[in-house]
Amino acid sequence: MGEIRTETMTVNMGPQHPSTHGVLRLVLELDGEVIQSVMPTIGYLHTGIEKTAEQKKWQQVVPLVERMDYLAAQSNSLAYVLCVEKLLGLDMPQRVKDIRVLLAELQRLASHLIWLGTHAMEIGAVSMLFYAVRERELLMNINELIAGFRFFPSYFRVGGLREDLPRGFHEAVTAFLDRFPTKLDEFEGLLTKNDIFRRRTEGVGTISLEDAYSWGLVGPIARAAGSDYDVRKYFPYTGYEAYDFKVPTATEGDVYARYRVRIAEMRESVKICRQAIPRITPAGPWACDDTRVVPPPKDKVYTEMEALIQHFLIYSQGFTVPAGDAYVPVEGPRGEHGCYVVSDGSNRPWRVKMRAPSFLAIQALPAIVRGGLIADVVAVIGSNDVVMGDCDR
Amino acid sequence: MDAPAIIDILHGLVPGASLVSGQSVDFATIYVPAATLVETATALRDDPRLRFNVLVEVTAADYLPRDPRFEVVYHLLSIPNRLRLRMKVRVTTEGSVPTVQGVWRGAGWLEREVWDMFGIVFAGHNDLRRLLMPEDWDGHPARKDYPVQIHKATQTYEPLEVSEAEFRANIERDRVKRAH
Repeated sequence: MGEIRTETMTVNMGPQHPSTHGVLRLVLELDGEVIQSVMPTIGYLHTGIEKTAEQKKWQQVVPLVERMDYLAAQSNSLAYVLCVEKLLGLDMPQRVKDIRVLLAELQRLASHLIWLGTHAMEIGAVSMLFYAVRERELLMNINELIAGFRFFPSYFRVGGLREDLPRGFHEAVTAFLDRFPTKLDEFEGLLTKNDIFRRRTEGVGTISLEDAYSWGLVGPIARAAGSDYDVRKYFPYTGYEAYDFKVPTATEGDVYARYRVRIAEMRESVKICRQAIPRITPAGPWACDDTRVVPPPKDKVYTEMEALIQHFLIYSQGFTVPAGDAYVPVEGPRGEHGCYVVSDGSNRPWRVKMRAPSFLAIQALPAIVRGGLIADVVAVIGSNDVVMGDCDR
Repeated sequence: MDAPAIIDILHGLVPGASLVSGQSVDFATIYVPAATLVETATALRDDPRLRFNVLVEVTAADYLPRDPRFEVVYHLLSIPNRLRLRMKVRVTTEGSVPTVQGVWRGAGWLEREVWDMFGIVFAGHNDLRRLLMPEDWDGHPARKDYPVQIHKATQTYEPLEVSEAEFRANIERDRVKRAH
Protein backbone atom coordinates (compact mmCIF):
# COMPACT_ATOMS: atom_id res chain seq x y z
CA MET A 1 0.00 0.00 0.00
CA GLY A 2 1.32 3.40 -0.96
CA GLU A 3 1.80 6.29 1.40
CA ILE A 4 -1.27 8.31 2.28
CA ARG A 5 -1.02 11.63 0.55
CA THR A 6 -1.89 14.56 2.81
CA GLU A 7 -2.28 18.20 1.92
CA THR A 8 -4.00 21.20 3.44
CA MET A 9 -7.42 22.18 2.23
CA THR A 10 -8.50 25.73 1.50
CA VAL A 11 -12.06 26.58 2.44
CA ASN A 12 -13.86 29.78 1.67
CA MET A 13 -16.18 31.01 4.43
CA GLY A 14 -18.40 33.92 3.61
CA PRO A 15 -19.03 36.63 2.54
CA GLN A 16 -22.59 35.32 2.70
CA HIS A 17 -22.37 33.08 5.71
CA PRO A 18 -24.89 33.22 8.54
CA SER A 19 -22.29 33.26 11.29
CA THR A 20 -19.94 35.90 9.93
CA HIS A 21 -22.19 38.70 11.22
CA GLY A 22 -22.78 40.35 7.91
CA VAL A 23 -20.39 40.23 5.04
CA LEU A 24 -17.02 39.04 6.24
CA ARG A 25 -15.07 36.66 4.05
CA LEU A 26 -12.55 34.26 5.55
CA VAL A 27 -10.23 32.05 3.53
CA LEU A 28 -9.31 29.20 5.85
CA GLU A 29 -6.43 26.85 5.29
CA LEU A 30 -7.21 23.58 7.06
CA ASP A 31 -5.25 20.55 8.00
CA GLY A 32 -8.08 18.19 8.70
CA GLU A 33 -10.14 20.24 11.12
CA VAL A 34 -7.22 22.26 12.45
CA ILE A 35 -6.78 25.78 11.21
CA GLN A 36 -3.38 26.53 9.69
CA SER A 37 -4.09 30.07 8.60
CA VAL A 38 -6.94 32.52 8.15
CA MET A 39 -7.10 35.42 5.75
CA PRO A 40 -9.99 37.80 6.38
CA THR A 41 -11.26 39.95 3.53
CA ILE A 42 -13.29 42.99 4.47
CA GLY A 43 -14.72 45.98 2.64
CA TYR A 44 -17.98 44.49 1.38
CA LEU A 45 -19.92 47.00 3.46
CA HIS A 46 -17.70 50.00 2.78
CA THR A 47 -20.00 52.90 2.03
CA GLY A 48 -17.63 55.85 2.31
CA ILE A 49 -19.47 57.44 5.23
CA GLU A 50 -16.36 59.38 6.26
CA LYS A 51 -16.07 60.93 2.80
CA THR A 52 -19.79 61.69 2.71
CA ALA A 53 -19.53 63.39 6.10
CA GLU A 54 -17.08 65.92 4.66
CA GLN A 55 -19.82 67.18 2.32
CA LYS A 56 -22.42 67.67 5.07
CA LYS A 57 -22.93 70.36 7.66
CA TRP A 58 -21.86 69.57 11.21
CA GLN A 59 -25.29 68.64 12.48
CA GLN A 60 -26.13 66.54 9.40
CA VAL A 61 -23.26 64.17 10.17
CA VAL A 62 -25.02 62.77 13.26
CA PRO A 63 -27.38 60.44 11.37
CA LEU A 64 -24.51 59.39 9.10
CA VAL A 65 -22.18 58.24 11.86
CA GLU A 66 -25.02 56.35 13.53
CA ARG A 67 -25.16 54.11 10.48
CA MET A 68 -21.57 52.94 10.95
CA ASP A 69 -21.95 50.59 13.89
CA TYR A 70 -25.60 49.88 13.36
CA LEU A 71 -26.01 47.84 16.55
CA ALA A 72 -24.60 50.63 18.72
CA ALA A 73 -25.82 53.68 16.84
CA GLN A 74 -25.88 56.05 19.79
CA SER A 75 -22.38 55.12 20.82
CA ASN A 76 -21.12 56.46 17.46
CA SER A 77 -23.13 59.63 17.63
CA LEU A 78 -22.16 60.25 21.25
CA ALA A 79 -18.48 60.13 20.31
CA TYR A 80 -19.02 62.44 17.35
CA VAL A 81 -21.17 64.90 19.27
CA LEU A 82 -18.76 65.09 22.22
CA CYS A 83 -15.88 65.62 19.81
CA VAL A 84 -17.52 68.55 18.03
CA GLU A 85 -18.59 70.00 21.36
CA LYS A 86 -14.99 69.80 22.53
CA LEU A 87 -13.89 71.85 19.51
CA LEU A 88 -16.69 74.34 20.12
CA GLY A 89 -15.88 74.46 23.84
CA LEU A 90 -19.47 73.77 24.86
CA ASP A 91 -20.51 72.53 28.26
CA MET A 92 -23.79 70.71 28.65
CA PRO A 93 -26.38 71.15 31.42
CA GLN A 94 -26.30 68.32 33.96
CA ARG A 95 -29.68 67.00 32.79
CA VAL A 96 -28.39 66.55 29.22
CA LYS A 97 -25.36 64.68 30.54
CA ASP A 98 -27.53 62.35 32.60
CA ILE A 99 -29.86 61.63 29.69
CA ARG A 100 -26.85 60.86 27.51
CA VAL A 101 -25.47 58.46 30.09
CA LEU A 102 -28.83 56.72 30.38
CA LEU A 103 -29.28 56.34 26.62
CA ALA A 104 -25.69 55.22 26.10
CA GLU A 105 -26.19 52.47 28.66
CA LEU A 106 -29.51 51.40 27.15
CA GLN A 107 -27.70 51.26 23.82
CA ARG A 108 -25.04 49.04 25.37
CA LEU A 109 -27.76 46.71 26.63
CA ALA A 110 -29.40 46.58 23.20
CA SER A 111 -26.10 45.81 21.52
CA HIS A 112 -25.09 43.19 24.08
CA LEU A 113 -28.49 41.52 23.71
CA ILE A 114 -27.95 41.05 19.98
CA TRP A 115 -24.44 39.80 20.72
CA LEU A 116 -25.81 37.33 23.27
CA GLY A 117 -28.55 36.08 20.98
CA THR A 118 -26.42 35.60 17.88
CA HIS A 119 -23.38 34.28 19.71
CA ALA A 120 -25.39 31.66 21.57
CA MET A 121 -27.36 30.76 18.47
CA GLU A 122 -24.23 30.17 16.44
CA ILE A 123 -22.91 27.66 18.88
CA GLY A 124 -26.14 25.78 19.20
CA ALA A 125 -28.44 27.53 21.67
CA VAL A 126 -30.91 28.68 19.04
CA SER A 127 -33.67 29.73 21.41
CA MET A 128 -31.41 32.38 23.01
CA LEU A 129 -31.83 34.58 19.97
CA PHE A 130 -35.57 34.81 20.44
CA TYR A 131 -35.33 35.57 24.15
CA ALA A 132 -32.67 38.24 23.58
CA VAL A 133 -34.45 39.92 20.69
CA ARG A 134 -37.66 40.00 22.73
CA GLU A 135 -35.95 42.11 25.41
CA ARG A 136 -34.23 44.27 22.82
CA GLU A 137 -37.62 45.02 21.30
CA LEU A 138 -38.48 46.95 24.49
CA LEU A 139 -35.34 49.06 24.04
CA MET A 140 -36.26 49.69 20.42
CA ASN A 141 -39.66 50.87 21.66
CA ILE A 142 -37.91 53.37 23.93
CA ASN A 143 -35.95 54.65 20.92
CA GLU A 144 -39.18 54.98 19.02
CA LEU A 145 -40.63 56.92 21.91
CA ILE A 146 -37.83 59.49 22.03
CA ALA A 147 -37.19 59.91 18.33
CA GLY A 148 -39.75 58.06 16.24
CA PHE A 149 -36.94 55.92 14.90
CA ARG A 150 -36.05 52.51 16.26
CA PHE A 151 -32.53 51.81 15.03
CA PHE A 152 -30.95 55.20 14.47
CA PRO A 153 -32.68 57.74 16.72
CA SER A 154 -30.21 60.63 15.99
CA TYR A 155 -31.35 61.93 19.35
CA PHE A 156 -27.93 63.20 20.40
CA ARG A 157 -27.21 66.47 18.65
CA VAL A 158 -24.28 68.84 18.74
CA GLY A 159 -25.27 71.18 21.54
CA GLY A 160 -27.57 68.83 23.42
CA LEU A 161 -30.48 66.65 22.41
CA ARG A 162 -32.99 66.81 19.58
CA GLU A 163 -35.87 67.77 21.85
CA ASP A 164 -37.10 67.17 25.36
CA LEU A 165 -37.99 63.72 26.62
CA PRO A 166 -41.49 62.59 25.71
CA ARG A 167 -44.21 61.85 28.24
CA GLY A 168 -44.02 58.28 29.46
CA PHE A 169 -40.26 58.00 29.01
CA HIS A 170 -39.48 57.44 32.68
CA GLU A 171 -42.24 54.84 32.98
CA ALA A 172 -41.03 52.94 29.91
CA VAL A 173 -37.42 52.86 31.10
CA THR A 174 -38.36 51.93 34.66
CA ALA A 175 -40.61 49.15 33.41
CA PHE A 176 -37.73 47.77 31.38
CA LEU A 177 -35.26 48.04 34.25
CA ASP A 178 -37.68 46.27 36.60
CA ARG A 179 -38.16 43.42 34.17
CA PHE A 180 -34.67 42.99 32.79
CA PRO A 181 -32.59 41.61 35.73
CA THR A 182 -34.85 38.57 36.10
CA LYS A 183 -34.61 38.00 32.35
CA LEU A 184 -30.84 38.20 32.63
CA ASP A 185 -31.01 35.52 35.34
CA GLU A 186 -33.01 33.38 32.93
CA PHE A 187 -30.42 33.87 30.19
CA GLU A 188 -27.66 32.90 32.57
CA GLY A 189 -29.69 29.91 33.70
CA LEU A 190 -29.72 28.72 30.11
CA LEU A 191 -26.05 29.27 29.36
CA THR A 192 -23.65 29.97 32.22
CA LYS A 193 -23.64 26.44 33.66
CA ASN A 194 -24.74 24.73 30.46
CA ASP A 195 -22.31 21.88 29.84
CA ILE A 196 -22.53 22.03 26.04
CA PHE A 197 -22.06 25.80 26.00
CA ARG A 198 -19.06 25.62 28.31
CA ARG A 199 -17.39 22.88 26.31
CA ARG A 200 -17.74 24.97 23.18
CA THR A 201 -16.34 28.10 24.82
CA GLU A 202 -13.90 27.29 27.63
CA GLY A 203 -10.28 27.41 26.55
CA VAL A 204 -11.31 28.40 23.03
CA GLY A 205 -9.95 31.44 21.24
CA THR A 206 -7.64 32.47 24.06
CA ILE A 207 -5.74 35.74 23.81
CA SER A 208 -3.29 37.07 26.37
CA LEU A 209 -3.43 40.61 27.68
CA GLU A 210 -0.13 41.64 26.03
CA ASP A 211 -1.34 40.29 22.69
CA ALA A 212 -4.67 42.07 23.04
CA TYR A 213 -2.94 45.39 23.73
CA SER A 214 -0.44 44.98 20.92
CA TRP A 215 -3.29 44.27 18.48
CA GLY A 216 -5.00 47.43 19.71
CA LEU A 217 -7.83 45.52 21.37
CA VAL A 218 -9.35 47.31 24.32
CA GLY A 219 -12.84 46.89 25.68
CA PRO A 220 -14.55 43.60 26.56
CA ILE A 221 -11.95 41.44 24.76
CA ALA A 222 -9.07 42.92 26.77
CA ARG A 223 -11.13 42.99 29.98
CA ALA A 224 -11.76 39.26 29.59
CA ALA A 225 -7.97 38.86 29.54
CA GLY A 226 -7.34 40.79 32.74
CA SER A 227 -7.38 44.45 31.69
CA ASP A 228 -9.28 46.96 33.80
CA TYR A 229 -9.25 49.62 31.10
CA ASP A 230 -12.64 51.19 30.61
CA VAL A 231 -12.90 54.67 29.08
CA ARG A 232 -15.70 55.50 31.50
CA LYS A 233 -13.29 55.03 34.43
CA TYR A 234 -9.97 56.11 32.91
CA PHE A 235 -11.11 59.17 30.97
CA PRO A 236 -14.64 59.93 32.22
CA TYR A 237 -16.89 61.79 29.82
CA THR A 238 -20.41 63.22 29.97
CA GLY A 239 -20.54 62.85 33.74
CA TYR A 240 -19.73 59.15 34.23
CA GLU A 241 -17.51 60.05 37.19
CA ALA A 242 -20.68 60.73 39.22
CA TYR A 243 -21.98 57.17 38.77
CA ASP A 244 -21.15 54.20 40.91
CA PHE A 245 -20.38 51.09 38.88
CA LYS A 246 -17.75 48.38 38.61
CA VAL A 247 -15.72 47.31 35.62
CA PRO A 248 -16.18 43.54 35.28
CA THR A 249 -13.02 41.63 34.40
CA ALA A 250 -11.88 38.07 33.94
CA THR A 251 -8.43 36.61 33.46
CA GLU A 252 -8.83 33.57 31.20
CA GLY A 253 -9.09 35.51 27.95
CA ASP A 254 -11.18 32.83 26.25
CA VAL A 255 -14.62 32.89 24.67
CA TYR A 256 -16.30 31.94 27.94
CA ALA A 257 -14.52 34.76 29.80
CA ARG A 258 -15.76 37.27 27.23
CA TYR A 259 -19.26 35.91 27.72
CA ARG A 260 -19.02 36.36 31.49
CA VAL A 261 -17.59 39.86 31.17
CA ARG A 262 -20.36 41.01 28.86
CA ILE A 263 -23.11 39.50 31.01
CA ALA A 264 -21.64 41.27 34.06
CA GLU A 265 -21.43 44.49 32.04
CA MET A 266 -25.15 44.27 31.37
CA ARG A 267 -25.80 44.08 35.12
CA GLU A 268 -23.58 47.12 35.67
CA SER A 269 -25.41 48.98 32.91
CA VAL A 270 -28.70 48.32 34.65
CA LYS A 271 -27.14 49.73 37.82
CA ILE A 272 -26.08 52.90 36.02
CA CYS A 273 -29.53 53.32 34.47
CA ARG A 274 -31.14 52.92 37.90
CA GLN A 275 -28.96 55.76 39.21
CA ALA A 276 -29.62 57.93 36.17
CA ILE A 277 -33.42 57.74 36.16
CA PRO A 278 -34.07 59.70 39.40
CA ARG A 279 -31.50 62.34 38.39
CA ILE A 280 -33.42 63.17 35.21
CA THR A 281 -36.34 65.47 35.84
CA PRO A 282 -39.34 64.88 33.55
CA ALA A 283 -38.94 68.35 32.07
CA GLY A 284 -35.97 70.67 32.00
CA PRO A 285 -33.12 71.84 29.78
CA TRP A 286 -32.42 69.53 26.87
CA ALA A 287 -29.75 71.58 25.14
CA CYS A 288 -27.07 74.08 26.10
CA ASP A 289 -27.82 77.79 25.81
CA ASP A 290 -25.25 78.62 23.14
CA THR A 291 -27.18 80.51 20.47
CA ARG A 292 -24.56 79.76 17.81
CA VAL A 293 -25.46 76.09 17.79
CA VAL A 294 -28.87 75.59 19.36
CA PRO A 295 -31.87 77.10 17.56
CA PRO A 296 -34.02 79.37 19.72
CA PRO A 297 -37.33 78.05 21.10
CA LYS A 298 -40.25 78.23 18.72
CA ASP A 299 -42.27 80.81 20.68
CA LYS A 300 -39.35 83.23 20.40
CA VAL A 301 -38.90 82.50 16.69
CA TYR A 302 -42.48 83.62 16.12
CA THR A 303 -42.23 86.76 18.24
CA GLU A 304 -38.65 88.07 18.10
CA MET A 305 -36.75 89.20 15.03
CA GLU A 306 -33.33 88.22 16.41
CA ALA A 307 -34.52 84.71 17.18
CA LEU A 308 -36.02 84.36 13.72
CA ILE A 309 -32.70 85.35 12.10
CA GLN A 310 -30.80 82.93 14.31
CA HIS A 311 -33.21 80.14 13.48
CA PHE A 312 -32.83 80.86 9.78
CA LEU A 313 -29.03 80.96 9.95
CA ILE A 314 -28.74 77.67 11.83
CA TYR A 315 -31.05 75.84 9.45
CA SER A 316 -29.67 77.31 6.21
CA GLN A 317 -25.92 77.76 6.76
CA GLY A 318 -25.37 75.72 9.85
CA PHE A 319 -22.84 76.78 12.44
CA THR A 320 -19.09 77.01 12.13
CA VAL A 321 -16.62 75.19 14.34
CA PRO A 322 -13.23 76.69 15.27
CA ALA A 323 -10.33 75.26 13.29
CA GLY A 324 -8.45 72.44 14.96
CA ASP A 325 -8.76 68.76 15.65
CA ALA A 326 -9.96 66.62 18.52
CA TYR A 327 -10.27 62.95 19.39
CA VAL A 328 -12.87 61.89 21.91
CA PRO A 329 -13.20 58.25 22.97
CA VAL A 330 -16.29 56.73 24.51
CA GLU A 331 -16.74 53.22 25.86
CA GLY A 332 -18.87 51.58 23.20
CA PRO A 333 -20.32 48.09 23.54
CA ARG A 334 -17.42 46.70 21.48
CA GLY A 335 -14.64 48.69 23.09
CA GLU A 336 -13.23 52.13 22.61
CA HIS A 337 -15.33 54.01 20.08
CA GLY A 338 -13.44 57.16 19.22
CA CYS A 339 -14.14 60.00 16.89
CA TYR A 340 -11.39 62.09 15.33
CA VAL A 341 -12.67 65.31 13.81
CA VAL A 342 -10.72 67.96 11.95
CA SER A 343 -12.26 71.37 11.36
CA ASP A 344 -10.98 74.09 9.05
CA GLY A 345 -13.19 76.68 10.67
CA SER A 346 -16.07 76.34 8.22
CA ASN A 347 -19.59 74.99 8.52
CA ARG A 348 -18.62 71.53 7.28
CA PRO A 349 -16.17 69.06 8.78
CA TRP A 350 -12.81 68.72 7.06
CA ARG A 351 -12.37 65.15 8.18
CA VAL A 352 -14.35 62.73 10.32
CA LYS A 353 -12.81 59.44 11.33
CA MET A 354 -14.28 56.78 13.57
CA ARG A 355 -12.08 54.43 15.50
CA ALA A 356 -13.73 51.08 14.80
CA PRO A 357 -13.27 48.38 17.44
CA SER A 358 -14.60 45.68 15.09
CA PHE A 359 -11.92 46.54 12.53
CA LEU A 360 -9.17 45.74 15.02
CA ALA A 361 -10.99 42.67 16.31
CA ILE A 362 -11.11 41.19 12.81
CA GLN A 363 -7.48 42.06 12.23
CA ALA A 364 -6.56 40.03 15.31
CA LEU A 365 -8.82 37.11 14.34
CA PRO A 366 -6.12 35.03 12.56
CA ALA A 367 -3.88 35.25 15.61
CA ILE A 368 -6.72 34.15 17.92
CA VAL A 369 -8.02 31.16 15.93
CA ARG A 370 -4.78 29.73 14.52
CA GLY A 371 -4.23 26.18 15.69
CA GLY A 372 -7.85 25.78 16.80
CA LEU A 373 -10.67 23.81 15.24
CA ILE A 374 -12.79 25.12 12.39
CA ALA A 375 -15.92 25.02 14.56
CA ASP A 376 -14.19 27.40 16.99
CA VAL A 377 -13.96 30.13 14.35
CA VAL A 378 -17.69 30.67 14.67
CA ALA A 379 -17.46 30.87 18.45
CA VAL A 380 -14.58 33.35 18.29
CA ILE A 381 -16.22 35.64 15.74
CA GLY A 382 -19.34 35.66 17.89
CA SER A 383 -17.48 36.38 21.10
CA ASN A 384 -15.42 39.17 19.50
CA ASP A 385 -18.77 40.77 18.69
CA VAL A 386 -17.84 42.19 15.30
CA VAL A 387 -20.21 44.39 13.35
CA MET A 388 -19.27 44.74 9.72
CA GLY A 389 -20.83 48.17 9.38
CA ASP A 390 -18.45 49.33 12.09
CA CYS A 391 -15.50 47.55 10.48
CA ASP A 392 -16.00 48.76 6.89
CA ARG A 393 -17.72 52.09 7.56
CA MET B 1 1.46 65.32 31.00
CA ASP B 2 1.64 68.01 28.33
CA ALA B 3 3.49 67.97 25.02
CA PRO B 4 6.69 69.84 26.15
CA ALA B 5 7.14 67.40 29.05
CA ILE B 6 6.83 64.42 26.71
CA ILE B 7 9.26 66.02 24.25
CA ASP B 8 11.74 66.58 27.10
CA ILE B 9 11.66 62.88 27.96
CA LEU B 10 11.98 61.91 24.29
CA HIS B 11 14.97 64.21 23.69
CA GLY B 12 17.07 62.07 26.00
CA LEU B 13 15.94 58.84 24.35
CA VAL B 14 15.96 59.75 20.66
CA PRO B 15 18.96 62.02 20.10
CA GLY B 16 18.74 64.22 17.05
CA ALA B 17 14.97 64.04 16.60
CA SER B 18 13.43 67.45 16.00
CA LEU B 19 10.13 67.12 17.84
CA VAL B 20 7.67 69.99 17.89
CA SER B 21 4.59 70.30 20.06
CA GLY B 22 1.33 71.06 18.31
CA GLN B 23 -1.82 72.88 19.35
CA SER B 24 -4.70 70.87 20.67
CA VAL B 25 -7.86 71.22 22.72
CA ASP B 26 -7.89 67.75 24.25
CA PHE B 27 -4.50 66.13 24.92
CA ALA B 28 -0.84 66.48 23.97
CA THR B 29 0.09 66.62 20.30
CA ILE B 30 3.62 66.23 18.95
CA TYR B 31 4.96 66.43 15.42
CA VAL B 32 7.54 63.80 14.60
CA PRO B 33 9.72 63.77 11.47
CA ALA B 34 9.26 60.62 9.37
CA ALA B 35 12.99 59.78 9.60
CA THR B 36 12.90 59.23 13.38
CA LEU B 37 9.35 57.89 13.66
CA VAL B 38 10.19 54.29 14.54
CA GLU B 39 12.79 55.26 17.17
CA THR B 40 10.38 57.76 18.70
CA ALA B 41 7.54 55.23 18.69
CA THR B 42 9.72 52.61 20.36
CA ALA B 43 10.78 55.10 23.02
CA LEU B 44 7.17 56.11 23.62
CA ARG B 45 6.21 52.48 24.09
CA ASP B 46 9.10 51.38 26.29
CA ASP B 47 10.01 54.29 28.57
CA PRO B 48 8.52 53.70 32.03
CA ARG B 49 7.44 57.34 32.34
CA LEU B 50 5.41 57.06 29.11
CA ARG B 51 4.55 53.38 28.37
CA PHE B 52 2.21 54.05 25.43
CA ASN B 53 1.33 50.37 25.09
CA VAL B 54 -1.75 50.65 22.85
CA LEU B 55 -1.88 52.12 19.38
CA VAL B 56 -5.48 53.22 19.33
CA GLU B 57 -5.78 54.58 15.85
CA VAL B 58 -3.85 55.53 12.74
CA THR B 59 -5.48 57.89 10.32
CA ALA B 60 -4.58 60.77 8.06
CA ALA B 61 -5.93 64.10 6.92
CA ASP B 62 -5.45 65.69 3.52
CA TYR B 63 -4.74 69.43 3.83
CA LEU B 64 -4.70 70.23 0.10
CA PRO B 65 -3.36 72.72 -1.12
CA ARG B 66 -0.94 72.97 1.83
CA ASP B 67 2.54 71.56 1.36
CA PRO B 68 3.39 68.98 2.66
CA ARG B 69 -0.05 67.81 1.88
CA PHE B 70 -0.82 65.00 4.33
CA GLU B 71 -0.66 64.53 8.06
CA VAL B 72 -0.60 60.97 9.32
CA VAL B 73 -2.11 60.93 12.80
CA TYR B 74 -1.34 58.29 15.42
CA HIS B 75 -3.40 58.16 18.58
CA LEU B 76 -1.56 56.49 21.43
CA LEU B 77 -2.85 55.33 24.78
CA SER B 78 -0.86 54.55 27.88
CA ILE B 79 -2.99 52.38 30.13
CA PRO B 80 -0.43 52.18 33.01
CA ASN B 81 0.02 55.97 33.12
CA ARG B 82 -3.49 57.01 32.04
CA LEU B 83 -2.12 59.15 29.24
CA ARG B 84 -3.12 59.92 25.70
CA LEU B 85 -0.94 61.32 22.97
CA ARG B 86 -1.48 62.40 19.39
CA MET B 87 1.56 61.94 17.19
CA LYS B 88 1.58 63.54 13.77
CA VAL B 89 3.85 63.02 10.79
CA ARG B 90 3.79 65.39 7.84
CA VAL B 91 4.25 63.77 4.45
CA THR B 92 4.11 64.82 0.80
CA THR B 93 2.40 62.96 -2.04
CA GLU B 94 5.70 61.39 -3.13
CA GLY B 95 7.05 60.86 0.37
CA SER B 96 6.62 57.85 2.58
CA VAL B 97 6.31 57.09 6.28
CA PRO B 98 8.07 54.14 7.91
CA THR B 99 5.71 51.52 9.24
CA VAL B 100 5.30 51.11 13.01
CA GLN B 101 4.19 47.48 12.68
CA GLY B 102 7.35 46.46 14.51
CA VAL B 103 6.31 48.55 17.52
CA TRP B 104 2.57 47.84 17.67
CA ARG B 105 1.32 44.82 15.72
CA GLY B 106 -2.12 46.33 15.31
CA ALA B 107 -0.68 48.98 12.98
CA GLY B 108 -0.88 46.57 10.04
CA TRP B 109 -4.45 47.07 8.94
CA LEU B 110 -4.66 50.65 10.21
CA GLU B 111 -1.78 51.68 7.94
CA ARG B 112 -3.20 49.61 5.11
CA GLU B 113 -6.45 51.53 5.36
CA VAL B 114 -4.59 54.84 5.27
CA TRP B 115 -2.75 53.71 2.13
CA ASP B 116 -6.00 52.53 0.60
CA MET B 117 -7.83 55.79 1.34
CA PHE B 118 -5.05 58.37 0.95
CA GLY B 119 -2.30 56.67 -1.06
CA ILE B 120 0.31 57.38 1.61
CA VAL B 121 3.06 54.77 1.32
CA PHE B 122 4.23 53.07 4.52
CA ALA B 123 7.80 51.99 3.87
CA GLY B 124 8.56 48.47 5.07
CA HIS B 125 4.91 47.45 5.44
CA ASN B 126 4.53 43.73 4.80
CA ASP B 127 1.13 43.76 3.10
CA LEU B 128 0.28 47.12 1.54
CA ARG B 129 -2.78 46.07 -0.48
CA ARG B 130 -6.30 47.41 -0.87
CA LEU B 131 -8.33 46.79 2.25
CA LEU B 132 -11.72 48.47 2.02
CA MET B 133 -11.80 49.26 -1.71
CA PRO B 134 -11.83 46.54 -4.39
CA GLU B 135 -8.45 45.23 -5.55
CA ASP B 136 -8.68 46.88 -8.98
CA TRP B 137 -9.80 50.32 -7.79
CA ASP B 138 -8.22 53.43 -9.28
CA GLY B 139 -7.30 56.32 -7.01
CA HIS B 140 -7.55 56.95 -3.29
CA PRO B 141 -11.05 58.07 -2.28
CA ALA B 142 -10.36 60.09 0.87
CA ARG B 143 -8.09 62.57 -0.93
CA LYS B 144 -9.58 66.01 -1.27
CA ASP B 145 -9.07 66.09 -5.06
CA TYR B 146 -10.94 62.82 -5.50
CA PRO B 147 -14.43 63.52 -6.84
CA VAL B 148 -17.30 62.89 -4.47
CA GLN B 149 -19.61 61.44 -7.07
CA ILE B 150 -18.00 59.54 -9.88
CA HIS B 151 -19.87 58.72 -13.01
CA LYS B 152 -18.56 55.29 -13.68
CA ALA B 153 -19.97 53.44 -16.65
CA THR B 154 -22.15 50.69 -15.27
CA GLN B 155 -21.43 47.23 -16.53
CA THR B 156 -24.54 46.13 -18.35
CA TYR B 157 -25.02 43.87 -21.28
CA GLU B 158 -26.78 44.83 -24.46
CA PRO B 159 -30.29 43.42 -24.68
CA LEU B 160 -30.56 40.43 -26.91
CA GLU B 161 -31.56 41.74 -30.31
CA VAL B 162 -32.24 39.32 -33.08
CA SER B 163 -33.61 40.24 -36.47
CA GLU B 164 -36.49 38.28 -37.91
CA ALA B 165 -34.25 36.66 -40.53
CA GLU B 166 -31.77 35.56 -37.84
CA PHE B 167 -34.62 34.27 -35.74
CA ARG B 168 -35.93 32.13 -38.59
CA ALA B 169 -32.44 30.90 -39.36
CA ASN B 170 -31.98 29.86 -35.73
CA ILE B 171 -35.26 27.97 -35.75
CA GLU B 172 -34.32 26.25 -39.02
CA ARG B 173 -30.94 25.22 -37.68
CA ASP B 174 -32.55 23.87 -34.54
CA ARG B 175 -35.04 21.85 -36.58
CA VAL B 176 -32.29 20.34 -38.66
CA LYS B 177 -30.49 19.23 -35.51
CA ARG B 178 -33.59 17.63 -34.11
CA ALA B 179 -34.21 15.74 -37.31
CA HIS B 180 -30.92 13.91 -36.84
